[in-house]
Order: sequence, then structure tokens, then C-alpha cells
Amino acid sequence: MSLEIKALHAQIPGREILKGLNLTINPGEVHAIMGPNGSGKSTLSKVLCGHDDYEVTSGEVLLDGENILDMAVDARSRAGLFLAFQYPHEIPGVSNANFLRAALKARLPKGEDIDAVRFYKQLYARMDQLEMDRSFTIRSVNEGFSGGEKKRNEILQLMMLEPKYAILDETDSGLDIDALKIVSRGVNAMRSENRGFLVITHYQRLLNYIQPDIVHVLKDGRIVKTGGKELSLELEERGYDWVTDESLAAAA
Amino acid sequence: MVTAPDNDISDIKVDSVGDFTFPERNKYDSGFGITEKTVDFIADVKNDPDWIREFRHKALKVFQDKPMPTHWATKDLENIKFDEFRYYLSDGQKPKRSWDDVPDDVKKTFDRLGIPEQERKFLAGVEAQYDSEAAYSNIKAAVAEQGVIFVNSTEGLHKYPEIFRKWFGKVIPTGDNKFSALNSAVFSGGSFIYVPPGVKVKHPLQAYFRINSEQFGQFERTLIIADEGAEVMYMEGCTAPKFETATLHSAVVELVAMKGAKIQYVTVQNWSSNVFNLVTKRGIAHEDAEVRWIDCNIGSRLTMKYPGVIMKGKRARGEVISIALANSGQHQDTGAKMVHAADDTTSNVISKSISIGQGRSTYRGLVHIPKHLKGCKNNTECDALLINSNSHTDTYPAISVRGNQHSTQHEASVSQVSADQIFYLMQRGLTEAEAMSLSVNGFINDLVKEFPMEYSVELKRLIDLEMEGSVG
Repeated sequence: MSLEIKALHAQIPGREILKGLNLTINPGEVHAIMGPNGSGKSTLSKVLCGHDDYEVTSGEVLLDGENILDMAVDARSRAGLFLAFQYPHEIPGVSNANFLRAALKARLPKGEDIDAVRFYKQLYARMDQLEMDRSFTIRSVNEGFSGGEKKRNEILQLMMLEPKYAILDETDSGLDIDALKIVSRGVNAMRSENRGFLVITHYQRLLNYIQPDIVHVLKDGRIVKTGGKELSLELEERGYDWVTDESLAAAA
Repeated sequence: MVTAPDNDISDIKVDSVGDFTFPERNKYDSGFGITEKTVDFIADVKNDPDWIREFRHKALKVFQDKPMPTHWATKDLENIKFDEFRYYLSDGQKPKRSWDDVPDDVKKTFDRLGIPEQERKFLAGVEAQYDSEAAYSNIKAAVAEQGVIFVNSTEGLHKYPEIFRKWFGKVIPTGDNKFSALNSAVFSGGSFIYVPPGVKVKHPLQAYFRINSEQFGQFERTLIIADEGAEVMYMEGCTAPKFETATLHSAVVELVAMKGAKIQYVTVQNWSSNVFNLVTKRGIAHEDAEVRWIDCNIGSRLTMKYPGVIMKGKRARGEVISIALANSGQHQDTGAKMVHAADDTTSNVISKSISIGQGRSTYRGLVHIPKHLKGCKNNTECDALLINSNSHTDTYPAISVRGNQHSTQHEASVSQVSADQIFYLMQRGLTEAEAMSLSVNGFINDLVKEFPMEYSVELKRLIDLEMEGSVG
């Protein structure tokens, strides 16, 4: 049982972005991926979820042994893969509560429905954890939300959908320190031995709150260095340039 | 505090709706085509008083003389073969008074439409039209006690001629257009409602209109009068079974809101895609009165419908809220007419259309504010949503405002459901069709809230059905 990415190559027309990426996330683990702009961090998250802007040219992605690359976006989601978006989309006219109900219902056998009372009980409990006002249930998904509110809403969805593997794509961007703490608390509450996390971030700051087990450096479409929590601190101090140098030296 | 989301209709099951017919059993049939004989046949069967017979004959002449409005409207009108329709059908039965008396096949039709149990209770106070005569009619005792008249138009003109005759054909004259003339010549069915002064009808009055005979035109005629300070909401729902050949539906609806009265007219219709639906709907609002048209058009081959309000008295208000959904092979040509005829009158038009596949939706609006008035206000918003790259929409707003003591506002937008929005929804586990359906329901959500709850449920079900097969 794991999310295994094997020699993954992906491109947009005319440009290869992921160039043989290998990564295995076991349930219970929190992996952080750091890397400079343009290294392929956001591409990785979208390719894993099946965004059709990207073409996978070779490699495999196994979710608990099942190859998900041939699966549609929604099937991957239902198989247990969740992406907290860097830029969550606004859905005018669709209330948060209805959206979450629809998403949960999509996981049930055809014809079955969720228990509304239990749903709201759980929703309100999760919203309390994220210090979200109850009015968010009837507000349209992300419409008119501040950057911080949108990110909280992503974590709320994560909490409600309880995926096997969750990818957080720059969840810290646009958050002030208070919001960062609240969001991190929500993520930490979801850490469990049955769930794996992939935390994509530019900054070490987030990792003070969501402590990773393993830190990877992504550069030019490949993972060039892997270490423990201390690696993120080193990156914070020294930047990314030295990493490339080191790995090239190792390869030489 | 527990707050349930309003209008939560996310969990309604979708079934096949409208794709069925039952055997015809019509004791009266006027045959095909329309002549003086047809008109006399109808007048005989319906036992019309002389003035109505005369009215029909005059209207027939107007209908025959008037050209098709194809200088501005779609050429598809030319495909209507008037000789191939039957203009009158009746099962010859007296309107029913209780649910137990309603024929089983009618009940079966309601079953197939998935009308929920709760709504059936609502039907206790309902006038339901099955083919051209009311198959079922039962006024809730409380409503009758208040002096409200709610009958079919035939009964109305026979039993209440003093009220009926005063307003019949006055809001929409026979010669208004070719199809109002046609309706005036052959009308049957429809409702007649009179609400006495100061009476506020609590429950909406409902009528279900259906067509169940091939090649049969339906020409209902509805007249609603709310006397001074009265209030009433009328709801009309249409879901037609599928046919092989074209069907013509051409209704005329006249509303009269006396001083300080309020009329809301709600329509949700889903014609099968071979129906020509050419409807004239207009209301007069006297001083301080309000007329609201809340209208949803789904299906049909061609719908032409521009509900109007003539604001005749000071401070009168007119409103049209409309949703149109055009799928492949369908053309929704809808809009609104707002005629300001007194000072300080206010009109509001909000129209949203959705075009799917090769569907085409057209907004046609007319706002008229003459020079000699002051303090008139109009707000017009029309938004179009295109689902596929070959979907089609066009907008023809005609706003004529003279004088400088008025305020008008017009906004229009055309948008598409973005690929990123669909990706976001699908990443949460919704199929592409579910994602599209949710997006479309979101687009019209603010207008759907204007519909009574059971209609908004039906609306969502119809939209889900339409969205199936629109993607992938």
C-alpha cells in the first residue's frame, strides 16, 4: 500500500517538464517537496490528478498497486487522491454544503444518499476546527473568499472527503501567520497511519507547522535530493543552487 | 446553531421524464386543418354563447389575413403546416372535482413525471388540464370561501360572464399577432381566476398542462384578475410526451392587476423537441400594482415567448425573471416586453439562458418609456451560458427611452463553463456530466430561488437530464 511514482515523464506540447520522477509515499508519511520556481512542483500535482493540459509520455503512478494513469480525473479522486489547489476555483451559485454533499455522494453506490444529519454534524465539527463561520455552508464555493478563506476551504474539503493520499499545492501561499496555524492544525488533525501527504511548498515556514518525515528537492523535473526535516532548514538558509551542484558532483 | 442551506436540491434522483404516451380516447375531434367549419364545430361542442362564436370567427379572419412575422423571427415558422393539425380534442367529460374521479392513465402520467407525494397533496387544490379540457379541477375549500373563482375558461365565460367579458381579449387584442389570433379562434381550456378585493390567496394555484395526442394543437386561454389589493400566485407546469410529428402549442395568457394588486405567474415547461410553442403572455398593472412573470423554458423545437407588463397606473411594477435552456435542435427565442405608461413605474428583467450542443437561445427585449412621463426605471440583465463550442446565443435588446427624467440600466454577458472549473469539480470525484450539471445549476441558482420549492426541484431534475450526454 503506497502511492508510487515511477520514472514519470510528462510534457506540455513542445516542452518536457517532468523528466523521470521517482517518489514513493507510504500511508502515515508526510513528504515535503521543495524546489525553485519552474522546477515542476505544480505540474507534478496536476499530472497526478490527470489534468489534460499535460501528457504523460512514460512512467507509472500506482495508487495502492493500481495504475491510475489511465483513469479519469474523477475516478482518481474517488480512488482516494485529493489535491488542495494552489488557486482554488470559484463555482458561482453552488453552495459549499451542496458541493460537499455532491462530492460525498459521488463516492456512494448509485442510488444511495448521504445521511443529512450526520453530514451537517461532521461538517460543523470540521468547520469549527478550521475556525470557519457557519455562513460558509451557504456561500458559493470560493466566490468572494479571501486567499486565506479559500485555503481553509480546501482543507475543509480534505477533511470531509478523507482521502488516502492528499497533495497540498503551496497551501501556505497567501496565508498570514494566524491562518497558516489554523490550516496546519487542520492538516495535522488528518495525519494518520492510513493516510499519506505530499506537501508542496516554496518555503520552510509551513514545515514548522506541518512537520514532514521526508523532504525532497525537485529541480528540473526530477528529485535531486532527499533528506529529513533538517534538509528544509538547510534549503532555507542556503537556497537551491548548491543542491544541483552536489547531485551533479555525485553523478560525476 | 444549525442552519440548513436553502433550496437544497442536490440529492434528487433523476428518472426518464416525459418519454411516454397513453392511448388516445377522444370523443370529440374537430378533424384536421382550420376553416370556418372548424370554428363552428368548436363553438357547437363547447356550447359557446353567441358573442364568443362571433369573437372566434372574427379572430379566424385576422389569423388568415396576418402574415408570418418572419421579417424578424426565425424562418422555421414557415415549417408550420396549419392544415396538418387538429384544433380541438376533448374527452367530452365534465371537469373532475375530486382526485378519486381522475382517470387512471392521467394519474399514471403524473406518476411517471415523478411528482412527489407531497406535491400531490398540493394537487388537491389544482386545476389540471389533460388534452384540451380540464381533467381534474378542485378548488380548495378555503380558497372558495374567500370568494376566489378558479375554474377553466369555458366554465368562466359561462358562469361569470359579467367579469369574464369585461377583461377577455382586452389585455391582448385578437390582432396582436398571428398566433394570438389563432388562439382567439380556436381556444379551449386554460384557467379563469378572479380574486376579490383585498383577498390574499395563501397557496399558489396550480395547473398542469399536457399534450397527449399526436398532431394536436393546444390553445389554452387563461385570464386572471386580481381585484384591488388582492394577491395571487399561479403556477403552470408543462411536461409533454414525445411525438413523431410536430405539435403546435399557442396559448394566450392575460393578467389584470387592479390598484395595489399583486399577481405572480410561474411557468416551468419542458416540451418535447418537436413542439412549436408560440405563446402570448401579457399583464396590465394598475396604480401601485405588481405583475411578475417567472418563467422557465426547456425543450420544444421553437419557443417564442416574451411575457409583457403594461404599467398603466402610477408606481406600478413589472418584472420578468426567465430561464431558458436550448439543447441541440431547439431554439429558445424568449424575452420580455415592458411598456411604461404612467409616472414612477418600475420594471425589472432578468434573463439567463443556457445553450447546449447546437442549441440556440435568443433574448429579445423591449422596454418602452415615452417622453411625457417622469420617474420611470428599468433594469435589464441578460446572461448567456454556452456549454459547447458550437452552442449559439444572440441578444436583441430594444430599449426606447424618451425624456430625461428616467433611469435605465442594461447589462449583458456571455460566458462558458471553464475547463478549470470542471477539473476542480472532477478532482472532488464528480463525473464530467455531474460537474457540468452542478455548474449550470449554479449559473441559474439565484433565479431558481424565485421559483416555489417543488418547481425548483423539478427544474434541477430537468437540467440534470438535459446535461446528460452534453459532455464527453
